[in-house]
Amino acid sequence: MAEDLRLWTRRGFLAAGATLVSTVSSVPAFLSSAGRVMAAADERGNGPSRAARDRVLVVIQLSGGNDGLNTVVPYGREDYYRLRPRLAIDRRDALALDDGSGIGLHPRLQRVRELIGEGLGSVIQGVGYPNPNRSHFASMDVWHTGDTDGGRGRGWLGVALDGARTGADGGMTCVSLGNDAPLATYGEQTRAVAVSDPDAFRFAARDLDPALAAAHDRLHEIPPGPDASGPTDFIYRTACDAQVASDRVRRALDREPAEGFPQSQLGRQLERVAAMVAEGLPTRVYYVGMGGFDTHANQPNRHASLLEQFDEAVYAFQRELHATGHAERVTTFAFSEFGRRAAENGSAGTDHGTAGPVFLFGDHVRPGLLGTHPSLENLQNNDLFHTVDFRSIYASLLERWLGLDSRAALGGRFRRAQVLDAGVRG
Amino acid sequence: MRVDTSLAPLPAKRFGTRAARHLLRRAGFGGGPAEVAALRDRGRDGAIRHLLAYRRIAADNLPAPPVNPDVVRPLTREERRARRVARKTGDREALERIRAAYRRRRRRDRRMFRDLQQWWLEVMLETPRPMEEKLTLLWHDHFATGYRSVRDAYLLFQQNRMLRRHAAGNFQTLAKRIVRDPAMIKYLDNHRNRKGHPNENLARELMELFTLGEGQYTERDIKEAARALTGYGFRDNGFRFRHELHDHGMKRILGRRGRFDGDDLVRILLKREACSQWLAYKLYNHFVADVPAAPERIPSWARRVILDLAALLRRHDYALEPVLATLLRSRHFYEPRIVGQKIKSPAQLLVGAMREIDAPPRSSRALIRAMRGMGQRLFQPPSVAGWDGGRAWITTSTLFVRQNACAYLITGRHPVGGREQGQPYDPSPLLAALPSRDPEAVAHALIDALIGEAISRARREPVIRFARDKGPRLANDDVVGLLVLIMAMPEYQLC
Repeated sequence: MAEDLRLWTRRGFLAAGATLVSTVSSVPAFLSSAGRVMAAADERGNGPSRAARDRVLVVIQLSGGNDGLNTVVPYGREDYYRLRPRLAIDRRDALALDDGSGIGLHPRLQRVRELIGEGLGSVIQGVGYPNPNRSHFASMDVWHTGDTDGGRGRGWLGVALDGARTGADGGMTCVSLGNDAPLATYGEQTRAVAVSDPDAFRFAARDLDPALAAAHDRLHEIPPGPDASGPTDFIYRTACDAQVASDRVRRALDREPAEGFPQSQLGRQLERVAAMVAEGLPTRVYYVGMGGFDTHANQPNRHASLLEQFDEAVYAFQRELHATGHAERVTTFAFSEFGRRAAENGSAGTDHGTAGPVFLFGDHVRPGLLGTHPSLENLQNNDLFHTVDFRSIYASLLERWLGLDSRAALGGRFRRAQVLDAGVRG
Repeated sequence: MRVDTSLAPLPAKRFGTRAARHLLRRAGFGGGPAEVAALRDRGRDGAIRHLLAYRRIAADNLPAPPVNPDVVRPLTREERRARRVARKTGDREALERIRAAYRRRRRRDRRMFRDLQQWWLEVMLETPRPMEEKLTLLWHDHFATGYRSVRDAYLLFQQNRMLRRHAAGNFQTLAKRIVRDPAMIKYLDNHRNRKGHPNENLARELMELFTLGEGQYTERDIKEAARALTGYGFRDNGFRFRHELHDHGMKRILGRRGRFDGDDLVRILLKREACSQWLAYKLYNHFVADVPAAPERIPSWARRVILDLAALLRRHDYALEPVLATLLRSRHFYEPRIVGQKIKSPAQLLVGAMREIDAPPRSSRALIRAMRGMGQRLFQPPSVAGWDGGRAWITTSTLFVRQNACAYLITGRHPVGGREQGQPYDPSPLLAALPSRDPEAVAHALIDALIGEAISRARREPVIRFARDKGPRLANDDVVGLLVLIMAMPEYQLC
């Protein structure tokens, strides 16, 4: 009964919203005409192309410092076996990426290799930045802010999305599947919406009493006025957006996936992302993650299990995007705050290091093994030198994939790494 | 809307219930009707003195800080020797033991950090001196220092104790202490700032964020200021001046020459008008209204007050108590454009809600987690620039976290079925303080007490109707529902 009442009220609210709500600024952004704003941008001839505006970036954060050398395995180099007498992946087990390079993937990354083989994935080797920081948090801040000094509380995605605000996204430009908004999504106005638990992405007290739910709905049908630029109106509009967003997100999450998803943390998050993409939320960036990569001891089994979770989840995600017809629109980027020491330590583990590989997935990535594997002979304090600056990948994803300006977001111009199809235009 | 920008005192007879409630929210976290009435009865000056001269109020029954100074410590001489030997002989087992001990200490420290967050929240909830916590929060935001880089919970506790001790004292003292504060030194790498090998991190933030504001100095001033701070390090949880690493030479900072050290540097910075203005902006933003930091975007009425406040700071040589007293007494502070128009920080929201209705104790862990969902982690600001505050607190997801956390405070039921289930709130004491038990009258009185009298009839209507439909007598559960509903009003996010 309560359920019916709620649906009725909500539907009524949605249908009546545009006329009930009198002041323009109080119309929830979802209900205002997004098309007009877009058309205006088109007429001006600036801003991202129509195709770019539809595109979605999914960021997967692998926290703890993923061991790059045992993820993308230089099985053709003797030095690898010298540095890692106990931990090295046997050359017969590594999944060779192409003949001759002597580089392969960890044996648990079978599906990732399959995606790469189908032209739907890539590995970029040796990604890092100058003067690497070996603290998890400091290095994570570097990756989040795009600033090797750790930045000022502004993230690369947030600042870039600030520049493209239309007000028509209902505050859903950026969605994090974690507990809070990641620093990467902090702009002047932009900030990720955190949807860790769909049951928490709603006014939970609705369930206490149908009368309470109805009264709560009515509270959001009477605009506060008359000061349309004041804080009350701002909160009121955000609350209206939140109600609509909550309905849409939760409707999205009720969808049954076309394909199966593994029930790991990452699998569940990507299942939700796929559902929200299919639902057509106005979201440009989704942020997901998994932890546990800080493998100081007893690494082999733990690392294998983590990579397997990653492998299963991204594979299921790509399959789902294809099954729902949204694969064209989505690129997925996976990174970790650093790689690990070249040499193993005394407890069958590895310590904090520097450069590591990143992964890209999607129909429009330049597939295969990209970049140069860091040298194993020429080490700096026993650490790998990076061969690709992560900001050149950011520049490419922002400019070419999302059609956003990268200069403000990265604090300067970075060469765009050639990681997407030549045909992709921002 | 015309806004009275005068710092002249509000006529004492205009200090009624509304003014007292506003004062208690801004110079504290708010309180229930009885507490507001008691404050009102002290009169304008008595109320401000009560809140601001808080040292006279005993605060002995607060929870003890859960800290241990020795969790993170340098290795002892024996330990260093053992490690040297193990490395030389390649004794893997011994090395592994040393590393395991290190990891154990790190784990203990992270636990201490979480305990520390809960401790501070509990102090805010229980303290009889709310202004002390309000000011300590301001200084924590202003001299922002985060655990992720400091990695030593005890140092953060020490900093908190220092900020608290000088919270209503003199800003010059605070600034001098902060450049000698081990947590800050570690956070901004000043222990690496040595003669001939300067590290400019602390010098830069001291000028840009702590005293002058952006653009009030040259890069050369920063380089010279960094020299003045060379040799400022720490050891055994204390400040340590390393004479041999300090650059004793002549420096030229903001047009002045001398063999300056850190204290001299602070004195020079505070002499600048820009410093008084930046600090005045910070005080204004914390206690009066959310205004943007960029000077050209500050509304003209707010700018006038900020400039007057800056002049007052200079006149009082940065003594905070008299300046704050003037501000909290001023006509401007009680203007309609100010009252109920500031977005609550997560701490303000939760601590305020608990104190306003005198909620039964709730799980500190759940509250800290909720604050995280709202974007505020104590001892973990997003960067050295502190929290953005104002509208940045409000997104579609933080609004739900805010509403659900308030519902949890009242009902004791965790919004998403967490383990932390507590007893529901008993509203009978609150109801006993109200003049009438008529449902509509109760609803009006609760809106007045929890938000304010200024809420229009139209905005109240859904709440009134909810109460009326429950009539003719409200059961306790109905009052609980009423409170949940009022705290879910957009207006409740403001104070």
